[in-house]
Amino acid sequence: MARIWVTNRREVLLGAASAASLLALISEVAAQTPPPAAPAATPPEASPYEQALDKILGDAKPSPGKINIEIPEIAENGNTVPYAISIDSPMTATDHIKTIHVLSTANPLPYVASFGFTLLSGKAAVSSRMRLAKTQEVAVIAEHSSGRFIAAKRTVKVTIGGCGG
Amino acid sequence: MSLRPRIKLPETIRIGEIIEVKTLISHTMETGQRRDKDGKPIPRKIINAFRATFDGAPVFSAEFHPGTSANPYLVFHFKVPGPGELELAWSEDGGAVVSERLKINTEA
Repeated sequence: MARIWVTNRREVLLGAASAASLLALISEVAAQTPPPAAPAATPPEASPYEQALDKILGDAKPSPGKINIEIPEIAENGNTVPYAISIDSPMTATDHIKTIHVLSTANPLPYVASFGFTLLSGKAAVSSRMRLAKTQEVAVIAEHSSGRFIAAKRTVKVTIGGCGG
Repeated sequence: MSLRPRIKLPETIRIGEIIEVKTLISHTMETGQRRDKDGKPIPRKIINAFRATFDGAPVFSAEFHPGTSANPYLVFHFKVPGPGELELAWSEDGGAVVSERLKINTEA
């Protein structure tokens, strides 16, 4: 049950390093056509996952927190990987989990799902199924009612990739 | 989206109890990334949102993206404040909505 806490931006960047090298390959191919004059708002080295993460976090930094993630270590079929996420929370007006985001770090489209909780939810817990194109890390980012973020990652080894590749 | 979703609730529910709500709806969740036999892109068509409300008050919601598997399965929880009506609604790209209303009867 190895958990990797995303404690700072540097770790996030490290996590995206492999995706970045893939991007580098693609950009080599694309190098034949000159890039547009004005640079885009996001730096070109940002992976789709990193861009998605930035969108969720804004200027906030996720801190270590306990997120229970149940997901197979080895998924035979990447088309449907079951997962269950839960966070211990009293779920009171002043102390509850507002949102849980699930991202894949190496799918062509990184967003999996976002879940919104209320006091009527009673529990910050959800189960669903995701597509994973290949072996990669799955990132879970949760927003607390105070505006703080906590995050955790789990690696899933995928035997047959999903996403209809 | 003509198929009826499958929903499972506990048989008996007490006031204040946190129940598990299990749902499953049949849908291909077309990612928009695939191509057909002729190489033409298949347009994206997914269930992009789910909403659970109790007598109009939000209970739980989900935003789905192409990373969610076909036939979206979803389990969430609901702290039942008393008898009432639980409404579950799935929204598809293009605006179609399928919803189910469930009477919640509570035991003392």
